[in-house]
Amino acid sequence: MKRNRMISAVAAGSALLMGLAACGGSSNDADSGSSGGSTTTAAYNAAIGKVFNPSDKKGGTLKLANSGDWDSVDPGDTYYGFSWNFLRNYGRSLLVFKSAPGAEGNSLAPDLAEGLGTPSNDAKTWTYKLRKGIKFEDGTEIKSKDVKYAVARQLDKETLPNGPTYLNDLLDLQGYEGPYKDNDPTMAKFTAVETPDDYTIVFKLSKSFSAFDYIAALPATVPVPAAKDTGTKYKEHPVSSGPYKFEVNEVDKRVVLVRNDQYDPATDPASGRKALPDRIEVELKANAADVDNRLLDGTLDVDIAGTGVQTETQPKILNDPEQKNRADSAPNARLWYSGINSDVAPLDNVHCRKAIMYAADHAGYQRSYGGAEAGGDIATNIMPPQIPGFQKNDQYGFETDKSGNVEKAKQELQQCGKADGFTTNIAYRAERPKEKNTAEALQQAFNKVGIKTELKGFPQGDYSKLYAGKPDYAKANNLGVIIYGWGADWNDGFGFLQQIVDSRTIRPGGGNTNIAVKDPQVDQLLDKALTTTDKTARESLWNDIDKRVMDQAYILPGVWAKGLMYRPERLTNVFVSEAYGMYDYTAMGVQ
Amino acid sequence: MTQFSDEPLADVETYLPAATEPDHDRSGAFLQVRDLRVHFPTDDGVVKSVDGLTFHLDRGKTLGIVGESGSGKSVTSLSIMGLHKEGVARISGEVMLNGQNLIAMDPNRVRRLRGKNMAMIFQDPLSAMHPFYTVGDQIIEAYRIHHNVSKQVARKHAIEMLDRVGIPQPTSRVDDYPHQFSGGMRQRAMIAMALSCDPELLIADEPTTALDVTVQAQILDLIRDLQQEFNSAIIIITHDLGVVAELADDILVMYGGRAVEYGTSSGIFTAPQHPYTWGLLGSMPRLDRERTDRLLPIKGSPPSLINLPDGCAFHPRCAYADRNGGASETVVPELRDVGDGHFTACHLSAEDRMQIWENEIRPKL
Amino acid sequence: MTGGPDRGPPVTFAADVVTYIIRRLIAAVILLFVVSAVTFAIFFLVPRIAGFTADDLASRYTGKTAGAEQTHEMAVKLGFTDPMYEQYGRFVKGLVAGRDFDTGPSVEHCPAPCFGYSFIKQVPVWPEIVGRMPVTLSLALGAAIIWLGFGIGTGVISALRRGTFFDRASMGIALAGVSLPIFFTGLLALSVFSYALDVTPPGGTDPTESGNNPLEWAHALLLPWITLAFLYSAGYARLTRAGMLETMNEDFIRTARAKGLTERRVVTKHGLRSALTPIVTIFGLDLGLLLGGAILTEKTFGLPGIGKWAVDSIQNNDLPVVLGVTMVGAFFVVIANLVVDLMYAVIDPRVRLG
Repeated sequence: MKRNRMISAVAAGSALLMGLAACGGSSNDADSGSSGGSTTTAAYNAAIGKVFNPSDKKGGTLKLANSGDWDSVDPGDTYYGFSWNFLRNYGRSLLVFKSAPGAEGNSLAPDLAEGLGTPSNDAKTWTYKLRKGIKFEDGTEIKSKDVKYAVARQLDKETLPNGPTYLNDLLDLQGYEGPYKDNDPTMAKFTAVETPDDYTIVFKLSKSFSAFDYIAALPATVPVPAAKDTGTKYKEHPVSSGPYKFEVNEVDKRVVLVRNDQYDPATDPASGRKALPDRIEVELKANAADVDNRLLDGTLDVDIAGTGVQTETQPKILNDPEQKNRADSAPNARLWYSGINSDVAPLDNVHCRKAIMYAADHAGYQRSYGGAEAGGDIATNIMPPQIPGFQKNDQYGFETDKSGNVEKAKQELQQCGKADGFTTNIAYRAERPKEKNTAEALQQAFNKVGIKTELKGFPQGDYSKLYAGKPDYAKANNLGVIIYGWGADWNDGFGFLQQIVDSRTIRPGGGNTNIAVKDPQVDQLLDKALTTTDKTARESLWNDIDKRVMDQAYILPGVWAKGLMYRPERLTNVFVSEAYGMYDYTAMGVQ
Repeated sequence: MTQFSDEPLADVETYLPAATEPDHDRSGAFLQVRDLRVHFPTDDGVVKSVDGLTFHLDRGKTLGIVGESGSGKSVTSLSIMGLHKEGVARISGEVMLNGQNLIAMDPNRVRRLRGKNMAMIFQDPLSAMHPFYTVGDQIIEAYRIHHNVSKQVARKHAIEMLDRVGIPQPTSRVDDYPHQFSGGMRQRAMIAMALSCDPELLIADEPTTALDVTVQAQILDLIRDLQQEFNSAIIIITHDLGVVAELADDILVMYGGRAVEYGTSSGIFTAPQHPYTWGLLGSMPRLDRERTDRLLPIKGSPPSLINLPDGCAFHPRCAYADRNGGASETVVPELRDVGDGHFTACHLSAEDRMQIWENEIRPKL
Repeated sequence: MTGGPDRGPPVTFAADVVTYIIRRLIAAVILLFVVSAVTFAIFFLVPRIAGFTADDLASRYTGKTAGAEQTHEMAVKLGFTDPMYEQYGRFVKGLVAGRDFDTGPSVEHCPAPCFGYSFIKQVPVWPEIVGRMPVTLSLALGAAIIWLGFGIGTGVISALRRGTFFDRASMGIALAGVSLPIFFTGLLALSVFSYALDVTPPGGTDPTESGNNPLEWAHALLLPWITLAFLYSAGYARLTRAGMLETMNEDFIRTARAKGLTERRVVTKHGLRSALTPIVTIFGLDLGLLLGGAILTEKTFGLPGIGKWAVDSIQNNDLPVVLGVTMVGAFFVVIANLVVDLMYAVIDPRVRLG
């Protein structure tokens, strides 16, 4: 945790600098990748690594639209990156990803808590101290029991099904199933979370978990007053603890936030929240094709989904220098990849899997996702560069043999005993043209070395639950190559890797992201990392896992994702949050 | 048709043409049609539906225009009424009604005459009456266009008219729709509608064709009675000579858009001059006695109005065309006075016509 | 052609009509139940027949990382594990008598007609449908007024000026109107009128947010109205033209002219009334369908009506919503049919109800 404390100190410092820079109106040059600083010159990627159009001016209405889906605005029932990003406007969790440009945005800052968590030696007990004087929108002070209640209620996945299950898995629940089933307002049986006093909260885990601070930053720790909890209906008006509160929330129509007069910036020194607009409006379920037009026209400020503009809009922006200056190619901690399913013969043989790695057309993969600007960079290994401790490791030479290495692939086939190649299927989500293009590019490349493939499209809604993510289905249907994507729940080795490489997460009933990697050595390394509290040692373990998975050729990395974002002229204080890989929704204002 | 047997056909004297003035063009008449031509340009050529027609009619008198379908009789009536669409038909000649030429008149003035000064009864009253309006409404409408009266007054008038044309319980039937009337009742209602403004000229286009025989007779009686009451001039258009036999004072027989015979009713029935008229007489059904032969239909079919046969338009169907030394095929016969205000357009000599009529035609009728 | 000279006036007309309406309404209710059963079978029964288990279906509604146990719990909660007749029975009971739903801390009663709870959003379906009605109603009725006026007007003029430049041009445009999809015309209209010319509001403008200002409301709906009306006007213009051409050749039109009516009156009173009779039928059905949601227009313009909700819910597999919206759509079509038949009897006295 030393690292985190240090980072937050640095963060506080640079926030100060940033503020000064903004006041002085100076602008740094557009050196992308540099952390901090700001610029007012419209340029491509001007909001990456620094603040574009810095401003402290309050007022106005920020208009967002969501071209995609949104599970819920209930902090205990949501599992979308943009939702977590946006939620910081009305909810304060124990810790929070700092609102800051560059690498600093990837760091945790204390929010409700006074500081980062204090672990026990075995990292099984984590203690947080709450700040005093933070209030709900109705003026009542937020106490530790409100956080405990929030954590307790979201354990009930029958009522609140959407959120992540990390707390269900980590806490030492002793059979506790949440307050709705327990019916005891004192939560006496919920011993996994203790509140020794109004400002202290203690989490007791069933196993060591060195990265619990990231869990403490989940929206699950945003406090919920038990008296106001209406279960599934709580999302109609989540009680605010942040700078904004709900004025309107109409299902699939719109969300309107207005200022929460009970929010005191003095209690919020570390998060970097700016809270510039007086009002934030979000149109839900907007027509994606129209959303981009409205962005370019300036009648809309941001597409909250944060995945970048539609494929059809990309050339309009990239081919027009003026428009391009208002765009950012924002890197996202997301990997577009293909799982190589070792359940399916002959891919149970590592050499046959390696033949796939060598034969693949990496440039074709990249083209399928929109090229370097709109799609992302060719991925050479599994962890994206945003993950702390990332080390690049191009062991198969993807970057040199962008269209594949036929010779090496044939050698591997020989060693596998399949010199003439073999036959298998490629699975993809039928509704996603990018995945279909990828499948076709791979098919062609594989053909060159004698690997014959058939393409199988599946409905995306059921892809992981019923088809490609269901081990017996995938095996029975000979799905040897499974096209998929994965983004980190938070930017850390565990947050990124666990769901795609840990064989113990594989559920026979389906719903798996990982069905390809089943390697005891990988599992061991993961366990080791979780008990390793030393940051450097732990990060090197993540790298070892990455390397092991690549060695064994379980995953064919495709593209480290980028999204082409557009920032209309009237937006101020815009920057891409490294934590979420999209614009930071707590920072921006309007002219 | 009973009236037909009343007339002794053997009266040969009446057949002989008398030397009177040509009577078919009389400028003093109530209605004077002169050299009327109605042509319809089409993609295939000009359809000459009416091509140089002249006749006249006085008030209180009835003219029967007789011919097969396509002979131009309905087109003639529609052009008198001014009901041809502008730009569709090319109309020339004169239609003088009360001394005013309707053809040259502003269409809007003609419209104001329609219904008031001249009215029309159509063939099929079911399709000729609007199915969505009550009989009363349709009569009221006809009345109120030309009379500035309240609905109540017009309604009263409509009931009166229905009563006058012999519809029982007119006060309740006035609110019925046309489909609730029987065929004969509908035709009576149609007549009531046409007569609602006391028109000076009434044109009845096949007024009884859609009706069964007994009803036909009633309707014809009604028209006759009403004529006496209103002193209207009436044109009855029909393909059936029987219909006009009793009713008409004069008869005009049309073929291929032209008049082939024109004369008084008695003249035409006792001494018809044109082979086509003979044909029409021969195809008349007789109720009074058993026919010795079957009906005598006219051979062939009506001519194309775009390409009329050269010479006499009837010659391809005429059994006597070869008696004229080829004139039938080359020369269009003029309408000539054969005496007693009786005209015919035929190349046959008067003697031939008389002989053929007396020896070949009449015995078979 | 019923009746004869002896048939008296229809004195029992009012009573006849009431009996008829009642009979039709009973038939409508039965039909709606059939629709509900078929829809229910399509979404709930067919997947099971196709081999999906209750847990498979439930897995669509669990969180991303739900395990088998959670998935099964969800299947039980949503009732997928019960026999099919019980599931359908519950749905019907909800419609008639209402149902109770567990919100977590308490149980909420969903009063009749309860179309169930959204699987995804966990809100009762019926109030959401009702809440979306104003948008759909505004859109459908406004567009209907425009397309009736414009389509019929154009059709009549085209028929009366048959073969002229106006006729050919408007029929050409009408052909384009019938052929072009709303997604195309809508987005094109938006980019021209909203973004390039800035005369109409951008997509996603909710007309019910106009704060009772009718001008703003109309302004927000103008483009969707015109776009939707364009599509329908085209069809109505063609239909009206054909109907008008046919009617103007009818004998009763000649009769009307023979009475000395002005041409204007001949057209409006005698011609239009007959020519428009078939249009009433089509209009009734079109409007009925639209009231169940103008799906493409609402989606294209981001109007939060029933149709847009239906699309969004289908994409989400939100079955209770799909079921509810289908029922509402069917209801409008059935009612529209009834109204059309009644209208028909009013317009055409030859038609007898029964």
